Amino acid sequence: MIDGLSVTLAHYLVVSGVIFGLGTVIALSKRNAVAVLMGVELMLNAVNLTLVSFSRFSSAFPKGEEPLAGHVFVVFVLTVAAAEAAVALAMAVLVYRQRETVDLDRINLLHG
Amino acid sequence: MESPGIILAFWVLSAVTVGGCVMVLVSRNLVHALVFLVLAFLGMAGLFLTLSADFIAVAQILIYAGSIAVLMVFAIMLTPLAARDNANSLYVLPALASGIGMAAIISFVALVTPWAELKGEALAQNDPPTTVAIIGDLLLGRYVLPFEVASILLFFALLGAIVLVHERGSRESQ
Repeated sequence: MIDGLSVTLAHYLVVSGVIFGLGTVIALSKRNAVAVLMGVELMLNAVNLTLVSFSRFSSAFPKGEEPLAGHVFVVFVLTVAAAEAAVALAMAVLVYRQRETVDLDRINLLHG
Repeated sequence: MESPGIILAFWVLSAVTVGGCVMVLVSRNLVHALVFLVLAFLGMAGLFLTLSADFIAVAQILIYAGSIAVLMVFAIMLTPLAARDNANSLYVLPALASGIGMAAIISFVALVTPWAELKGEALAQNDPPTTVAIIGDLLLGRYVLPFEVASILLFFALLGAIVLVHERGSRESQ
């Protein structure tokens, strides 16, 4: 039934775009700081999928020229995402100690 | 990528990943949302496997579905009085508009652009038996400077996280 079809680069890019959009919605609309961080992680994941699919499909990088450079960038994105998650969650815990909440619309110390 | 197994795996894993993301958005409990986030991460690892990225898939499971999920569990459990209902803020409509617009623009560009992509035989020929050795060579060869910078960044981020949440003893605060 699915023999006539084929998975191409555009398929992966569309999935990646949908996940990026969903991550944007989560990051912008959630109230809890941890939920906002979940959205940011989903957006980073979508970017990783784009990098890996270009590295797999694109003929701009023939074999032997730049093999798997996209994978190396994914490794860097993973590193930065881990660092960002550690610092952001530490800040959430710190804010909770001061204010007893992590709701982003109740953290209004600069409100004057 | 014409074999039926790959096609079926792509559609099933895409459905799992996107469904996990949607459940993170609509779930009414923060812990349930975290479980669906882990499901989405695992589906994404499967998508990496369909792209012959074995090292990236394992790193995704270890780092995202493992450590970042555990970090988030700790952050949720260390804030016991905060709301757990995964509620939305006032900005749902602008967030939905920007998210749907962004997904639509990316999908439109991905669909109308004539990508110079490998197909069939060329794609199979481009398939390395394992990616680990090549990634290792690149990380310690051509990309050694970014690699070191990333390690320093990770070290100082973890140091900063520890300094931030370090509880000063009562002797210091008096």
